[in-house]
Amino acid sequence: MSPMARTAPVPAATDPAIIRNFCIIAHIDHGKSTLADRMLQFTGVVQSRDMKAQYLDRMDIERERGITIKSQAVRMPWELDGTSYALNMIDTPGHVDFTYEVSRSLAACEGAVLLVDAAQGIEAQTLANLYLAMENNLTIIPVLNKIDLPAAQPEKYAAELANLIGGDPDDVLRVSGKTGAGVEVLLDKIVRDLPAPVGNPDAPARAMIFDSVYDTYRGVVTYVRVVDGMLHPREKIQMMSTRATHELLEIGVSSPEPTPSKGLGVGEVGYLITGVKDVRQSKVGDTVTNLAKPAAQSLSGYADAKPMVFSGLYPLDGTDYPVLRDALEKLMLNDAALVYEPETSAALGFGFRVGFLGLLHLEITRERLEREYNLDLISTAPNVEYEVTLEDKKVVHVTNPSEYPTGKVAEVREPMVSATILAPNEFVGAIMELCQSRRGVMGGMDYLSEDRVEIRYRLPLAEIVFDFFDILKSKTRGYGSLDWKADGDQVADLVKVDIMLQGEQVDAFSAITHRDKAYAYGVMMTGKLRELIPRQQFEVPIQAAIGSRIIARESIRAIRKDVLAKCYGGDITRKRKLLEKQKEGKKRMKMVGRVEVPQEAFIAALTTDESKDKAKK
Amino acid sequence: MPSVLPLGDPAPSNGLLPPQVVDGAADRAFGLYVHIPFCAVRCGYCDFNTYTATELGGGASQDAYASTAVSEVKLAARALKASGLPPRPLRTVFFGGGTPTLLPAEDLARILGAAIDEWGIEPGAEVTTEANPDSVTPESLALLKDAGFTRVSFGMQSAVPHVLKVLDRTHTPSRVPQVVQWARDAGLAVSLDLIYGTPGESLDDWRYSLETALSYEPDHISAYALIVEDGTKLAAQIRRGDVPGIDDDDHAAKYELADQLISAAGLDWYEVSNWARTPEQACRHNLAYWRGDDWWGIGPGAHSHVGGVRWWNVKHPTAYAGRLAQAVSPAAGRETLDAETRNVERIMLEARLVSGLGIESLGEQGRHAVAGLIADGLVDAPAAFHGRLHLTLKGRLLADAVVRRILPD
Repeated sequence: MSPMARTAPVPAATDPAIIRNFCIIAHIDHGKSTLADRMLQFTGVVQSRDMKAQYLDRMDIERERGITIKSQAVRMPWELDGTSYALNMIDTPGHVDFTYEVSRSLAACEGAVLLVDAAQGIEAQTLANLYLAMENNLTIIPVLNKIDLPAAQPEKYAAELANLIGGDPDDVLRVSGKTGAGVEVLLDKIVRDLPAPVGNPDAPARAMIFDSVYDTYRGVVTYVRVVDGMLHPREKIQMMSTRATHELLEIGVSSPEPTPSKGLGVGEVGYLITGVKDVRQSKVGDTVTNLAKPAAQSLSGYADAKPMVFSGLYPLDGTDYPVLRDALEKLMLNDAALVYEPETSAALGFGFRVGFLGLLHLEITRERLEREYNLDLISTAPNVEYEVTLEDKKVVHVTNPSEYPTGKVAEVREPMVSATILAPNEFVGAIMELCQSRRGVMGGMDYLSEDRVEIRYRLPLAEIVFDFFDILKSKTRGYGSLDWKADGDQVADLVKVDIMLQGEQVDAFSAITHRDKAYAYGVMMTGKLRELIPRQQFEVPIQAAIGSRIIARESIRAIRKDVLAKCYGGDITRKRKLLEKQKEGKKRMKMVGRVEVPQEAFIAALTTDESKDKAKK
Repeated sequence: MPSVLPLGDPAPSNGLLPPQVVDGAADRAFGLYVHIPFCAVRCGYCDFNTYTATELGGGASQDAYASTAVSEVKLAARALKASGLPPRPLRTVFFGGGTPTLLPAEDLARILGAAIDEWGIEPGAEVTTEANPDSVTPESLALLKDAGFTRVSFGMQSAVPHVLKVLDRTHTPSRVPQVVQWARDAGLAVSLDLIYGTPGESLDDWRYSLETALSYEPDHISAYALIVEDGTKLAAQIRRGDVPGIDDDDHAAKYELADQLISAAGLDWYEVSNWARTPEQACRHNLAYWRGDDWWGIGPGAHSHVGGVRWWNVKHPTAYAGRLAQAVSPAAGRETLDAETRNVERIMLEARLVSGLGIESLGEQGRHAVAGLIADGLVDAPAAFHGRLHLTLKGRLLADAVVRRILPD
């Protein structure tokens, strides 16, 4: 077993032969952050007493949800057989929405630790990332985590992993991030098994950006992996996709606190600071080169982030609109995938239509806006982008049902995804039923092990953005996992369903659905609203309609009593305070015509709580 | 009086009031409320500040209570004078509780006498006591009359035994006509208190209670929807599912029935929950609350109002008695209302009255809301054309909603 390295290799003067670049591929909850913490501790870069659980996940939301959104890279020294090595651990985002960022993190590594919970086995997103890693020719070290758990089944899942990537089940390492068991063996194995990076030290500098993060004090911090040549402080660099040039104010490595260095050479991983304020000027996947001696060709694999899911974000309090605008501007500095434009809703007022990579990206963004900027927000039901061709051949791209054209529609195309679902085989029937009900077409099915299957479907993206994952989870008792990627589009028979309160259309509740599902949507939404909207001083009819045809209706009876029976001397102060509270509450109401709709009703009507409740039952 | 005191500012130990209370004092009536914090049993729905006889000892006991209350009367007189208020005789006095008649009539007479000694009393003043049908006799009522009481309000609540049982009321319904007659014989005006919407009460039960009460030909009726307050036994029973919950639609139907039957019997509404046979028989003490007059509230947890300053006494009788034993004001906290808040209270309270509100006294938003209120049938159109905001029957049931619509945002 190796001791902590006595002398750490110095950045900028490190022989590529003693560098090992790796990432950890794991599903949420499979213990990646805990294992990473343990590595930081064992290599001595973080003292035990400074250990904050899940050191690498900086944001509160990440820590609370146990997921990693933004990756970072940490340089750790490790000694084996008398040689000190530099290990660069590149933390990868663990969620399906961030596939592109994952692919860039993987491209910065020579190897990957495939970390799987010994009690749960591999999940669909891990499998997807594993495929990505293998496509990038990474050396895979399979590891079972949480072997200390009573429910661990290491033999079973070791066989599953060996079956997936080839090799012997006995070669699958067994660790516990919690107790630290097996972690030193793993560090040794990383040194032994992973190839050293290879590059040309004399060629013009080429470094790939695998992450960029906005920091309030330092501006954008760009994380790179140097492939060829060397980058030095104070020199001029160029971003090869945008041709933008910057001065390198600082260059260094994280271990894990940022430590400036004299440069970064072949195979090294570290950070750059140029003083730019917007992550869009430092795009993930882009190649950094030296302006004075530029590389002829950029590294491959760069792509622009493409939003897939759109939702309207509105402040509950209309006067917060400027706060929301500023907050989005700031978030954009740190999130190159975020796109937005102003939007107006008759029911919700002024807000923004925001494009996201996926649902989690939406949820995290919304949560950050609410938490970091103290905003109360309504987000409308997520939508995909439809391509609507009118009879006059005009083509309209619709990301918001209220923009759906009123003219004669010749054809509507909707985005499709190929989805991979992993689950125990006893749930195959339930999963197929769910996918068929979502207009899915089965692509195939494979057994990963005796009792676990991989099912592939082609599905409309719109069918999986709302509540698909929640329902999948409930139908598979939590065991099912999902991964998806964009897969072209298809023509579909889609209609727009409008919801009206007292004859007034509420744009926030409109939806574009398949014709066969319009009725169900109308019944669901009118029923939901009848429960959610409090009784008013008059009767309120709720209708769902396609065009002028009413397809569902409900009605909210008028309230008959709203008066405190007793109001004597000792009641007056309390009654007045109640009145003031009610007046405050009224301010939080949105007026639809004369109908007061509480913000909570919008939120509840537009969220998937119902499916979560069902899952609980 | 709700059991939870509001949050307010500290009140000075000598009971002195800020200078603003003097403004316009001569134009405001002055009244006295006396809280008697005792009951024979604690009713399941009641969250008032009240205690059964065995719960308290020392200076807070039933026996010592009259002396303690008299010492607050004296403190009140000193404080009002020292605050610069002009001498004003009492126009109304109201003994509430609790069950005031659990104290010997002599004790009630003694407290009233002490108040009259301090302030004097206007000719024709109204002096009311609440009473439980169980706790009066012809003799005690006669004694009260002699002491200066003019009016008694009986807590009848219902004429239906199973309803009274849910309310934990101990009296037998047949006693009510008897005590009403005794009060009449003693020369006291009679009001009956009724409660509707008790869990398990049918519309016919309520009709029976109303018809029974009206058959006794009271001068005044108060009918209250049952409010289930947090922390009461009834709230717990509803939560456990032992008794059905409260239904606002049921309350609305019962209110409409009450208004219909009481009006038919010749009494007119003058406040949301109150009806009187003649305008003179309306409870003037309660009207003083709703019209922003001055009153001092004697007793633990009692609230007072003088010229835009509201305050409330410490809640527990033992703490209350302890303060007074040291000649310290029993006030626990107070609030000094600014002009805007006083206006909100005025609108909130006057809207509930048959006299209604002058529309010109509303803000711009309130004036503009009137047309919508007429359209919704909540406000009487002819009265509005004459400048008065006067609630319709439907409007009375939605009075709080009306107030929210006419108040500025």
